[in-house]
Amino acid sequence: MRMTTIGGAVTTLLLAMGALGALHGCATAPADDAVAARAAASLKSSFAARGQAGLQRLDQDETQKLCSEYANRPLPASVAEKIQQANLATIRYPADGKLVGDWKNGEKIAQSGQGFQFSDDPKNPAGANCYACHQLSPQELSFGTIGPSLYRFGKLRGFTDETRKYAWGKVYNADAFSACSNMPRFGHSGILTEQQLRDVVALLVDPGSPVNQ
Amino acid sequence: MRKVAAIVIGIVAAAVGGAFAQSSTVDEIAKYREALQDGNPAELWEARGEEMWKTPRGPKHVSFASCDLGLGPGVVKGAYAALPRYFADANRVMDLETRLLYCMVNQQGISEADATKVKFGDGSARRSDFEALAAYVASQSRGVAMNVRVDEPHVHDMYQLGEKMFFFRGGTHDFSCATCHGEDGKRIRLQDLPNLTKTEGAQKAYTTWPAYRVSQGELRTFQWRLNDCFRQQRFPELVFGSEASIALTTYLAGRANGADYNGPAIKR
Repeated sequence: MRMTTIGGAVTTLLLAMGALGALHGCATAPADDAVAARAAASLKSSFAARGQAGLQRLDQDETQKLCSEYANRPLPASVAEKIQQANLATIRYPADGKLVGDWKNGEKIAQSGQGFQFSDDPKNPAGANCYACHQLSPQELSFGTIGPSLYRFGKLRGFTDETRKYAWGKVYNADAFSACSNMPRFGHSGILTEQQLRDVVALLVDPGSPVNQ
Repeated sequence: MRKVAAIVIGIVAAAVGGAFAQSSTVDEIAKYREALQDGNPAELWEARGEEMWKTPRGPKHVSFASCDLGLGPGVVKGAYAALPRYFADANRVMDLETRLLYCMVNQQGISEADATKVKFGDGSARRSDFEALAAYVASQSRGVAMNVRVDEPHVHDMYQLGEKMFFFRGGTHDFSCATCHGEDGKRIRLQDLPNLTKTEGAQKAYTTWPAYRVSQGELRTFQWRLNDCFRQQRFPELVFGSEASIALTTYLAGRANGADYNGPAIKR
């Protein structure tokens, strides 16, 4: 009951603030921006650096800031476009043009959830933990569903240069193709090395990979 | 425990053999969870916590009989279902763990450093007083409807802050709480993820903490739950009792309002 009443009051307030926002031509209401600013400051004082995870990890870049701001409201097409363009510009392709590595290493990287946690030893290679969110090789039954199934990724799209280039870009920076994707920006954020990116791309696009059987 | 081990082996065999379809693997896990409900080791923490609650402690030799969890000194029945709440004596919103710490420091005369030496147990000799006390206090709200006073101004403020934090993306991987807990019917590997942005999901999840974690051999509190989520989010470490921990707890507990508290539960 209490929640319903509060919910009603909040809705009314939000509607009022929405009108105010439109009037001023800004994306969100000032009151909401103030709460967001307080939340960001409060987070800074609520965390402590530990292991490899320093407090700078709470400093949001423009993409993180915008995606947080619109997390529980529709993302306007213009903002989505802005985010995608900015992230598209970050994608770097290997100097030697070689986008496809060894799918067997790619499978290992896809299985591993190690890396970048304060409890992880930074000396060990990081994984991409693809199976946490995606189905890939059909032999692996323990897969998550936060992302779409990638089974037959290459086979469905064709084993072409275009598919290989798209796979590289998507793993490198998913926000370039889908603004505010749940997927980490493995290349842009320096999570995977160039060779690891090649190996994960191989898992997706190599005709011999179990993903494409 | 032998029964549990046999079921675990059954699940692994099903997964490796691939003899079962995905849905039956999930069914097997549901059976495993059901079997675990038979005997919940959380009772051991509840008993230890009850003993601790009633025994004089610290330099001042005072028990928790004078500790007010919001319903009056020493009252535990139904207290957890109404936390976090605003405490005028401390002039802040507190969850159960921060309130327990407040009583340890201000009434029992224990230094904050000593009181917080073991925030989370390690599954063996290093045990946490907070985990035992939380198990006991929470158990005394079983069957009581969650009723966090989200209309109280201080609590409302924390709730709003917590909501913003829930959607805050950061770190090397761009994760927020909502990355895993913002949609219905999602899994990470085979683990079902509650959608905490929906009333039903928040109610089901929040009302089962604290919980005994089989994989860790420990009773875990909500402070631990948040701490370990942020570890996996690749954030720095969430400080025990920090404002963000209270804000997020307030947001999630508030969203669970109306549902009967049903813990301490048992989880994988």
